[in-house]
Amino acid sequence: MRYDRRYRKLDQYRFIVWFLSLPLLVYGLFVVSPFLQAFFYSMTDWTGYSSDYNFVGFDNYERMWNDDKFWDAARNSVLLLVIAPLITLAMGLFFAYMLSAGGRSRGHGVSGVAGSKLYKIVYFFPQVLSLAIIAVIWARIYSPRSGALNAGLETVGLDSWTREDWLGSSWAIWCVLVVLCWSFVGFYVVLFSAAMSAIPTEIYEAARLDGAGRSVTFFRITFPLTWETVRTGWIYMGIQALDAFALVNVMVPEHGMDVLPSYLFEKSFRDAQAGYATTIGVALFLITLLFAAVMMRLGRRERIEF
Amino acid sequence: MRSNLNRRSLLTRSAAAGLFTVPAVGALAGCASGGGDDGPVERGEETDDNPFGVDPEAELEVVIFDGGFGDQYALDAEEIYQATYGSVQHDKTQEIASRLQPRMVQADPPDVINNGGADAMDIAALIRNDQVLDLNELLDAPSLDDPNVTIRDTLMPSTVEMGQFGSQEVWRLNYAFTVYGQWYSRTALDRLGVEYPRTWDEMLAVCEAAKREGMAGWTYAGQYPYYFNFTLYPFIAKIGGADVMRAIDNLEPNAWRHDAVKSAFEAYHELAARGYVLRGSPGMTHEESQDEWNEYRALFIPNGSWVENESRRNTPEDFDMAVGPPTGLDSSDAMPFETLWASAGEPFFIPADAANPHGGLEFLRIMLGQASARNFTELVSSLTCVRGAADDLDLPPGLASAKEAFEAAGDSLIVPRLPDWYKQLNNEEVGGAIATMMAGDIDPEEAINRCQRAADATAQDDSIQKFQHV
Repeated sequence: MRYDRRYRKLDQYRFIVWFLSLPLLVYGLFVVSPFLQAFFYSMTDWTGYSSDYNFVGFDNYERMWNDDKFWDAARNSVLLLVIAPLITLAMGLFFAYMLSAGGRSRGHGVSGVAGSKLYKIVYFFPQVLSLAIIAVIWARIYSPRSGALNAGLETVGLDSWTREDWLGSSWAIWCVLVVLCWSFVGFYVVLFSAAMSAIPTEIYEAARLDGAGRSVTFFRITFPLTWETVRTGWIYMGIQALDAFALVNVMVPEHGMDVLPSYLFEKSFRDAQAGYATTIGVALFLITLLFAAVMMRLGRRERIEF
Repeated sequence: MRSNLNRRSLLTRSAAAGLFTVPAVGALAGCASGGGDDGPVERGEETDDNPFGVDPEAELEVVIFDGGFGDQYALDAEEIYQATYGSVQHDKTQEIASRLQPRMVQADPPDVINNGGADAMDIAALIRNDQVLDLNELLDAPSLDDPNVTIRDTLMPSTVEMGQFGSQEVWRLNYAFTVYGQWYSRTALDRLGVEYPRTWDEMLAVCEAAKREGMAGWTYAGQYPYYFNFTLYPFIAKIGGADVMRAIDNLEPNAWRHDAVKSAFEAYHELAARGYVLRGSPGMTHEESQDEWNEYRALFIPNGSWVENESRRNTPEDFDMAVGPPTGLDSSDAMPFETLWASAGEPFFIPADAANPHGGLEFLRIMLGQASARNFTELVSSLTCVRGAADDLDLPPGLASAKEAFEAAGDSLIVPRLPDWYKQLNNEEVGGAIATMMAGDIDPEEAINRCQRAADATAQDDSIQKFQHV
């Protein structure tokens, strides 16, 4: 009996369960249960100011469905979700490739452009700053009167491109997009550089010997071999873009654009509609879940070992 | 090999559970129940000196918003309180809602709350939940300085009104008194050799004169375009009468389509269309626009009487700040030129669940005494809601002119309630429409349509509590 295979297996599971029970309990209590509670509160008219509330069923969901402001915010969020990772990751890949394989080839092996180590550090700078600081700095840059953007456009003779208001107009979403990409691209340069340095130089050498140019090398070798990292980066960046709360909240004036998290915040803490805000939170949760699921499924391919 | 597989499937499962850590949902949930433990303080014997029957032993807890006014004035008032009654626990914070909302939920709030700043709690929601104490008892109590006069009779007009939300109960006491209007520099007007404009034609002429000198007529805080409301609302009332503004406050159908609103919007739009507005204003914060104004780059700015204290560091010595009522349209205006938006701000309230509400009432009674009110004006150069408290004080130029403008207005006071009854409608929708119009992207008609649509949406939204002027 003791030496039965099934018993051994049970024993093994029991060990693992025992081992993990405490962290799982803490996780369930402080992470999973608030989420379940959130589903419940999304069906109440709770104001957030007292412990009284009424159960209203799916009223909040119906209201959300007919709420134009919600859809505006959702559209902005999804726009960022799609475009921000695209730009950030493309730039990250390009810079990382230039830093690790963009230099003059010196007979054998590959090297980055001159001063690539310094660039790597410089690119990473924004990552060190808190998003709130970045938002304040960029709000100054976009400031119409004294900001660097308008001044810069005037200096290069593009006077007609200057605007009296960047962040309160329909340009706001693009302004936020630029800052979002700027602040995260350095992180991906470093991440992708690490992934690229793991590719054996022999592969590059062989490609060079076969007469492959830089772009062929990149699309046939570097990109496929760093695919796993790119995909992980995509999910991470997507979630960052879906948030964008700090940037929008600090930079964009109240009458300007909203993204889902900032709309949620306003409903909850300005308009005292915590119940409805929770409904928006649930919607945000579902969008995130959907995004992660799609990304996990998309482009799953054989892992290449080297 | 098998154990390897097991571990992997375990990791997969925990990773799936990990997906639940998506941001933002959980944060709202974990805080909806609980209960206070301190029992309420019993009401003691009521005497002439102690009309609320404060227990001299009970502790009082006061939380002050630490904004432009600081908290020294409250500390001074607390000293007076402590001379007679128990000790005061004093707290100051900029994060009123973040700090106090959990305590409101737990029914364990402080005794007096100065509910100010950008992070103030939504008083309408608190009232709906019966969490606020009615202050009528305070208003009917004898004042500190003269036992024969009730506190109600010592207050500036609109103070009681600002504490009401569609019924006779007075839920909050607004302590500071703000005069809104067109702020300007007397020096700048003198340099141009012009008088303060009383009609819109005069306004356009003054702006034209300024433009010839390379100066803009107006600037404003484009990031907070609802600053425009400070002059726009009384302007509307002046053209069409106070009822137009009351209809807007009451969210009546087509209230925004009144001719007076149309004239006011067209007048403001003309400023922008003729190039009298300082370039870049649409994207400025209130501080940036005030700085430009202080540097004589623009003549007028819509603002409130806190601006003198707020922009003090950048105001030139010779600026000679002043405020005037909003310029009228022409001789057909329904209300006199002096018509002004002046109202009490900086709200204080006593939570219904407070442990020592009588102490809170007594504290507010002390604040409403002449000594504390004068002290407030001297400390932060703002008027208070206490009548006559600033009469023989030596006031800085802006505040002195605000006082003059207020006295000249007499009964022609406008107190729009849109900003505190329907904050989102006022700040975001009306503000947004005005911002877009002043930036030249839409015409006045479209701006009015946007305001009306937003007002209708608010009127139909069941989740927003509605109020009516009483």
